Amino acid sequence: MGGVTKAQIGSFLARQGILIAFALFMIGFALANGRFLDPDNIMGVIRSSAILGVMALGVTFVVISGNLDLSVGSMMSFSTIVVLDLHDKIGPTMAIPLMFSMTLCLGAFVGFLVGYLKLNSLIVTLGMLSAIHGLTLTYSGGKNMDIIDKEGTWFSVFGQGSALGIPVPILIFVLLAAFLGILLSKTPFGRKVYAVGGNGVASTFSGIRRPRVVFMCYILSAFCVATAGLIQASRSLGSQNTVGQGLELEVLAAVILGGASLLGGSGTIFKTVIGVLILGFIQNGLLLVGLQFYVQFVVTWVIIILAVWLDIAAKRGKLWSPIA
Amino acid sequence: MTDQTPVLRLEGIVKTFPGVRALDGVSLNIMPGEVHALMGENGAGKSTLMKVLGGIYQPDEGQIIVGEAPSVMSSPLDAKAKGIVFIHQELSLADELSVAENIYLGELPRKRFGMVDWDTLYRRTDAILDKLKVGFNAKTIVGDLSIANQQMVEIARALTVEAKAVIFDEPTASLTDAEKVVLFEVISDLQAQGVGIVYISHRMEEIFKITDRISVLRDGSYRSTVNTADTNEESITQLMIGRSLDLSRNESHHELGDVALEVRGLSCGNLYTDVSFEVRRGEVLGFYGLVGAGRTEIAETLFGLRDPSAGTVLLDGVETTINSPADAISKGISLVPEDRKGQGLVLGMNCRDNMTLPQVDDLTAGPFVAEGSEVAIFDQYRDKLDIRTPGWKQIVGNLSGGNQQKIVIGKWLSMHPSVLIVDEPTRGIDVGSKAEIHNLIRDLAAQGYAVIVISSEMPEVLHVSDRIVAMYSGKVMRTFTSEEVTEESLIQAISGLSSDKAA
Repeated sequence: MGGVTKAQIGSFLARQGILIAFALFMIGFALANGRFLDPDNIMGVIRSSAILGVMALGVTFVVISGNLDLSVGSMMSFSTIVVLDLHDKIGPTMAIPLMFSMTLCLGAFVGFLVGYLKLNSLIVTLGMLSAIHGLTLTYSGGKNMDIIDKEGTWFSVFGQGSALGIPVPILIFVLLAAFLGILLSKTPFGRKVYAVGGNGVASTFSGIRRPRVVFMCYILSAFCVATAGLIQASRSLGSQNTVGQGLELEVLAAVILGGASLLGGSGTIFKTVIGVLILGFIQNGLLLVGLQFYVQFVVTWVIIILAVWLDIAAKRGKLWSPIA
Repeated sequence: MTDQTPVLRLEGIVKTFPGVRALDGVSLNIMPGEVHALMGENGAGKSTLMKVLGGIYQPDEGQIIVGEAPSVMSSPLDAKAKGIVFIHQELSLADELSVAENIYLGELPRKRFGMVDWDTLYRRTDAILDKLKVGFNAKTIVGDLSIANQQMVEIARALTVEAKAVIFDEPTASLTDAEKVVLFEVISDLQAQGVGIVYISHRMEEIFKITDRISVLRDGSYRSTVNTADTNEESITQLMIGRSLDLSRNESHHELGDVALEVRGLSCGNLYTDVSFEVRRGEVLGFYGLVGAGRTEIAETLFGLRDPSAGTVLLDGVETTINSPADAISKGISLVPEDRKGQGLVLGMNCRDNMTLPQVDDLTAGPFVAEGSEVAIFDQYRDKLDIRTPGWKQIVGNLSGGNQQKIVIGKWLSMHPSVLIVDEPTRGIDVGSKAEIHNLIRDLAAQGYAVIVISSEMPEVLHVSDRIVAMYSGKVMRTFTSEEVTEESLIQAISGLSSDKAA
């Protein structure tokens, strides 16, 4: 007994559950494998999380505005394939801006459908997931894309280079996170993203042009996807058409793990970064304790379900309720 | 009727919510075979009373007596089992299922192995539908029916139990005249079977057509029950809105400036028709009428939320169209909306951010929001409106209703609009803050703003307005100056009993 009721425990678990679960995972991994807390391993985790992390930054805006973006995975495949193909055709200096413009066009299209036509974002982006995959395959003819001269190009700097002893992907992730973090927390635009997601009707009554704000969130998401595609292409200098497949769910998991509500109106860039790291460390830990790579997919799913459940439970203050 | 036992009695029902006494000792007797109207303005306590009766809320005091037996309604299902049946304004039907499945949902007749006994189901359903004389059968899919017919399904559902009392909540809101006739026949059938009917509606003509007695609630307390035959619309209206202690009229007129806003022949479908008025700088124009008179819809049109079907709007004498709220705001029109939580505030945001939301684009230092200026604006209006909050960081959802409303008002005052529209400015606000807000509205006019106040409270309208537009059922009945207005003439006008000519 001790004066603590079942309801209080439930409420505490609902609010802090994800951090508790994370802490338990970390302790378990550290005990199971001493290499887990090794600085090299930690740096490696952050580095391999950078691509996912960059995408999650953009999706954070979309989720706070009260929408979803499930198209980021296949959009990232598209960016990667396009920039690799153009690299050999027109050179990296031209290929990069052209790939960014094409990806932004896709983002603009999604933003138009969800923002201005007010179509359900789940349906629109789920459809785009499939449509962009088809577009990528059509573009590549279904073949893998490779840069011919892998040694002689400066293009590899984004994925493989390092500056001041820090790998470039991590630098890009950190700088972009800082920039978008300031955009979200310090500018009028960021304020409007929270307002639109928090109460769309009230934001309209306050003169906010809701469609424009939603549109801009998808543009930002597409920009982040293009950046992630650039890192991916530069790291491997060759790619399959399906390189981004499934990332949309991992990205969403990271954003939700960070504490952004799927209902919109809450979340921050900093929390998303934390969510990305949690996901990265758990996946790394699973490998280190000797589980097969494929187990990750199941565990990721479990984490998403847990995060969504706890998000809702935290709102109603109990783990379970017969209504809503 | 007097020597019969009531089918349903409510005795001294009290229900309080934090800070509000929503029901203050309400008693009602529903006799078998009578149609008993329950009337009251929004917030009078009708819906709370019905929720107590339907087992959604438990009363703090008082008891419910069904027939002879004191009863506790522990849940909506329990209420139904005890013979208290609700026909809700909002339908609760499964669109994809058949009429029969909807009517017997949760209690479908069964055969062996738990299989549904379709023959019995359809036979029983058709028997009920025959009674209702509807043009569809048990197998029709509910989603294919008109709203009116869906309502008939809802009524049919009520007829599956041995109802002692049936409560109709605004049943005619979405019905055509022909469909109303059918509904009224159903009601009189039920009446003939000795069922007690509670009929909630704002529509006077229906009330006088079909009810036997009328009970009126105001501010959570029971006012009176009268025989419908012995009363008229005017005295019911009087009961609903009440005589307030302070019916003083506004006497301090300010220097009037130019016409800031003029509306000519404005119409919006059936919501309101041919509305004309003007507001000058330095003037407070009150809009008074009952629920559904079209006042809020006019405000929404002026704020760019509805497209007018006819008529013109002139701002400072120049004809203009208002396409969106953003457009309205940029033209100097602001609206404090009726629904504070749904339309006025982002409840999960802090006080400061809510207050500065419409002007956040202009409050910048370089690319960033100038948080210092925001805090300054918040502090200014917190002091001016006496907003009680620990600080600007407080989440608006945690404030009391009155303080929330002050945040919304502060939000628009800080925009310095040329035309300020306030829709029910003091709904749910304590008496002290009401007076402050009324003074503020007068002050704003003194500073040269044109102010439109929409209110359902007569003391409020009388108190703040230089002129009062009385509306009834989408039409302007009469415009009064504060010198000529009397309580009686105003009540007459909003009951539809006079027009400009008659006055």
